[in-house]
Amino acid sequence: MPTATIAGHEVQINDEGFLTEYDEWSEDIAAELAGNIGVEMTPRHWEVIKWLREDYKEKGETATTRRVQTVGGFPTKEQFQLFPKKPAKKMAYIAGVPKPHGCV
Amino acid sequence: MKRLLILGAGTAGTMAANKLAKHLPDWKITMVDQHQTHYYQPGYLFIPFGAYTPDEVVKPTKKFVPEGVELITATIDQVFPDDNKVVLEGGQELPYDYLIIATGTTPRPDQTPGMEDGLRDNVHEFYTYEGTTALGEKLKTWEGGKLVVQICEMPIKCPVAPLEFTFLADAFFEEKGMRDKVDITYVTPLEGAFTKPVASKHLGSMLDDRKINLEPDFMIESVDAEAGKIVSFDEREIPFDLLVTIPVNMGADFIAKSDMGDDLNYVPVDPQTLLSKKYDNVFALGDASDIPASKAGSVAHFAVDLFEKNFLAHIQGLPMTEAFDGHANCFIESGHGKGLLIDFNYDTEPLPGKYPLPGVGPFSLLKETELNHWGKLMFRWMYWNILLPGKELPLPALMSMAGKEKEAV
Repeated sequence: MPTATIAGHEVQINDEGFLTEYDEWSEDIAAELAGNIGVEMTPRHWEVIKWLREDYKEKGETATTRRVQTVGGFPTKEQFQLFPKKPAKKMAYIAGVPKPHGCV
Repeated sequence: MKRLLILGAGTAGTMAANKLAKHLPDWKITMVDQHQTHYYQPGYLFIPFGAYTPDEVVKPTKKFVPEGVELITATIDQVFPDDNKVVLEGGQELPYDYLIIATGTTPRPDQTPGMEDGLRDNVHEFYTYEGTTALGEKLKTWEGGKLVVQICEMPIKCPVAPLEFTFLADAFFEEKGMRDKVDITYVTPLEGAFTKPVASKHLGSMLDDRKINLEPDFMIESVDAEAGKIVSFDEREIPFDLLVTIPVNMGADFIAKSDMGDDLNYVPVDPQTLLSKKYDNVFALGDASDIPASKAGSVAHFAVDLFEKNFLAHIQGLPMTEAFDGHANCFIESGHGKGLLIDFNYDTEPLPGKYPLPGVGPFSLLKETELNHWGKLMFRWMYWNILLPGKELPLPALMSMAGKEKEAV
């Protein structure tokens, strides 16, 4: 696995730039990752990201867009507003969890 | 006497009943299904284009139920897993020692606002017997315009079928001499034509070759059947004259009512043994489980091959030693009498190369050939005569790398 220095931290990433170690994540890393993909973090963005991390910790897999809506309580429409075009992928990228696979 | 209860008499449930019945002569085995008809679902793809007639894909369910196994035709109301019983609509109670949930996945047009308004008119689907038959009637007289083939949300049953439908539609209109009157757009919530990168690249270029537009990353919010358009959550609009949609797929409602499913009513199981993560006497087979594999008959078939040994060990209190790898093996029709083959599992994506099969093969992987098309057609006979009765096919249950070529994307 390649490593990268993000917000001054050395972290492990995969070939798509996703963090591979859940515990290497921090808020300053998340803010820089968000900047990489043109997302400016607001309190609402942080709510989604923190929920996604909590859910991942509990379930061992990344929530789908549907689950972020039904269980997390963030409507799909809002997910698209906060993380335009590809919310599932962008949320996972910023939250330091794997890209959701839902796709097989 | 021990009781085994199998919910669902589709591909997975029927195969499991046939495999297990011969080992468990002293058990009472009961199957429950809401239909008296068994449908050959891979045939639904061909009906809109007149290549199969509807009667070629149906047979009576009871024909495939092994001797000594009871078949009840009823709708399942609820499972009470803590009490080891199932209640049917009407109130009949069925106790069990072991339960197999094999009730599959179902298209749910009611999950997308506006979709039902145009259903069977300018909105169609081909994942049900009624739907595919109606679409066949529609295409007989359709004069052309904007055809939109659209997937609502993953996962769906048979994830290659929407692409196959699109390729077959292209060939169908060309053969009718009206391809220039039809504008075809393939709309998907995925980033590309298919879920996995190498196959997505091959299949995406096949869309290009056929002048089929690709609209990726499209998550549908609603259908406006009257205006003839679909709208995404990020407010893109795609107009259509004929929408062929693949609705949201969900597991059976009784699973939600029994509090045994995830947010799409799929039963969480161990991906290698298919044993429920919560209940030690409940398995989920086929499309009904949450394993990260394709929802497809081939996956059910390979999984059931290994499940047979595991189940027999588990009921004796022995460890389950067989580990399912998510193996899928799918022919992809590409039109004009040709097809492709893909072979993959949880960890290995579909790759090009050869699929060895003594006597008939090798089949070419990810490449259009006539042999692959014949393989697909031959499969219907094998399904009715070998697979459902639980006989052995000369196909290894676990995926092999033999013949596959690694490829950079």
